Amino acid sequence: MSALSVEKLRVRFGSVEVLKSVDLAIESGEFIVLVGPSGCGKSTLLNVIAGLEQATEGRIEIGGREVTGVPPKDRDIAMVFQTYALYPAMTVRGNITFGMECRGVPKAEQKEAVARVAKLLQIEHLLDRRPGQLSGGQRQRVAMGRALVRDPVLFLFDEPLSNLDAKLRVEMRMEIKRLHQRIGTTMVYVTHDQVEAMTLATRIAVMNGGVIQQFADPQTIYDQPANLFVARFMGSPPMNAIPARLAASGSEIAAMVGPDAATAVPLPNATAAMKDWVGREVVLGIRPECITLPDGEQPGKPAASLPATVEMIEPTGAETMALIRVGQSEIMARMRPDARPAVGSVASFALDTAKACLFDPKTESRIA
Amino acid sequence: MVEARSLSARGGRILLYAILIAFAAFYLTPLIVVILNSFRSFQEITQTSVLGFPKEFRLDNWVQAWGSYCIAGICSGISPYMWNSLLIAVPATLISTLLGAMNGYLLSLWRFRGAGLIFGIITFGVFLPAQMKLVPWAITLRDLGLSNTLAGLVLIHVVQGMSFTTLFCRNYYVNVPQDLIKAAKVDGAGFLQIFWRIILPLSPPILIVTVIWQFTGIWNEFLYGITFSEGSARPVTAALMALSANIAQAREYGIESASVLIAALPTLLVYLFGGKYFVRGLTAGAVK
Ligand SMILES: Nc1ncnc2c1ncn2[C@@H]1O[C@H](COP(=O)(O)OP(=O)(O)OP(=O)(O)O)[C@@H](O)[C@H]1O
Ligand SMILES: [Mg+2]
Repeated sequence: MSALSVEKLRVRFGSVEVLKSVDLAIESGEFIVLVGPSGCGKSTLLNVIAGLEQATEGRIEIGGREVTGVPPKDRDIAMVFQTYALYPAMTVRGNITFGMECRGVPKAEQKEAVARVAKLLQIEHLLDRRPGQLSGGQRQRVAMGRALVRDPVLFLFDEPLSNLDAKLRVEMRMEIKRLHQRIGTTMVYVTHDQVEAMTLATRIAVMNGGVIQQFADPQTIYDQPANLFVARFMGSPPMNAIPARLAASGSEIAAMVGPDAATAVPLPNATAAMKDWVGREVVLGIRPECITLPDGEQPGKPAASLPATVEMIEPTGAETMALIRVGQSEIMARMRPDARPAVGSVASFALDTAKACLFDPKTESRIA
Repeated sequence: MVEARSLSARGGRILLYAILIAFAAFYLTPLIVVILNSFRSFQEITQTSVLGFPKEFRLDNWVQAWGSYCIAGICSGISPYMWNSLLIAVPATLISTLLGAMNGYLLSLWRFRGAGLIFGIITFGVFLPAQMKLVPWAITLRDLGLSNTLAGLVLIHVVQGMSFTTLFCRNYYVNVPQDLIKAAKVDGAGFLQIFWRIILPLSPPILIVTVIWQFTGIWNEFLYGITFSEGSARPVTAALMALSANIAQAREYGIESASVLIAALPTLLVYLFGGKYFVRGLTAGAVK
């Protein structure tokens, strides 16, 4: 069953078009993450789905029902806000039951629901406190509780973890994932943290400038980004984008990079689409983890050799990052923790090109 | 060196206090004269002067001022007029505060088209001089049949006061996060429910400010009081005026002093008990 369907949605504030024809079709039980840079319209999209903001054009269905003109309370949704938006003058219990009171749920039922949610989120001991007396993590839990008690068709989360410190964020992230596995309700989750997106989502929608750039499962987003924006936005550090020229010798196709396009990077998975680009400028996209020192290379993998100047190294403990230079382009390489190429020296790096991507330099869309 | 500096610092302190005390004395002298005179007898004041320490503390000025002195031919003291003022100030304060809170809530948290303009028009009332509105009010009260009634004065003070209360409350509520309203809408609360259950419980700091501001303002108001009331319907400020305008007989400075002090007592008490909340409320944010 379709839990949410958004068709040709446009939102305009005055003369500014914040959402430009957004389409989304979400199946029941999915965990959709909306990512994108600040100001790209993520919250606006969520607010329109919730009915808190009016769409200029387009159509929204929740649980198979058209909801244009339906007020937020009747859309069968629950929402968690970035600021939590707990009612300051009410106790935690009051915060959780307020919605049920408004909907006239019988007292006994309310009590049962509070007990169930408090147990699930382990906030039983906090029920009589006020939001002002809670820590950030506890407030976050209460905000979740207020949404969970509703048992809706659709959960909407607007950056629920962005106000937590790094450690708590990782903990809550796992807890949210566990929660989703347990209750199975459809979720739409906004974040600008791409790790959260990769770890939580069944599918990710990457947004930029009010347009959905790509809507796919995390692995596809990571391995086959639709364009350079997605390639750069997802992954930390981002995918390297190296200007190159495609060349062919027989059935082999290679990307020529570096000064005078002198270094050949053979591309093993040549496709028909690539052939049209032979002799033309392209952008070669390679993830940092596909660039290593040769001794870290695994046998059997197709590897190209790339001579480059080592500009800087950053040992992080688990791995060593290196900033290397080939001609005009600076490239990030992710190496084994004990790799220590000498800064300033020219070293030969091994490239795993099995997952390399090619982009059109003009439109920035992926060619192959 | 150090000694000399601390000495000169102490000298500066002493000078500072001397100046402050001199100013305080200057401002407090009239009050002290009035307080002292309220305890002196008619003979004592007329035989010596209005400046002087009471020979003995007598309370009959206070008793007469409260209950039996004749004001414009009605010999009931100022107590009925105190009651009038209370009947004007209390409802006008409560109603204008409540309306101001509603307006502020609507204008700051339910941003609709033209909210800024409406806010501008309402708060424009703050800057209009009272004299300018006398004639329009006279016509309005006449047409409503409220001339020379307490209800008429209540209406005037509610409408005039709304400019202030709306200004105060709106500026307080703009700091309430918009997300609170969104969350409540998703929870299914309506306009009034959100106001009563979520916004009003956050409001005591600003409500204390508006209540104190309105009560003292309305209690001390004189121009509308004397213009739109007569006889026994007068508020206490207008009654005091009538009392001191008693030209038929020699001036009863003692009774006048006691009357003034009685009339000032409610606002003085409000200031003593509410003053610190007033300052705190003006500087408080809505939600920590
Ligand atoms: N009520 C409004 N009136 C005018 N412009 C608005 C309004 N609300 C949002 N915008 C604009 O719409 C754009 C998208 O805002 P939105 O809050 O959806 O961004 P976002 O993707 O959620 O960003 P963030 O990650 O910072 O939360 C922004 O440029 C913002 O300035
Ligand atoms: Mg946002």
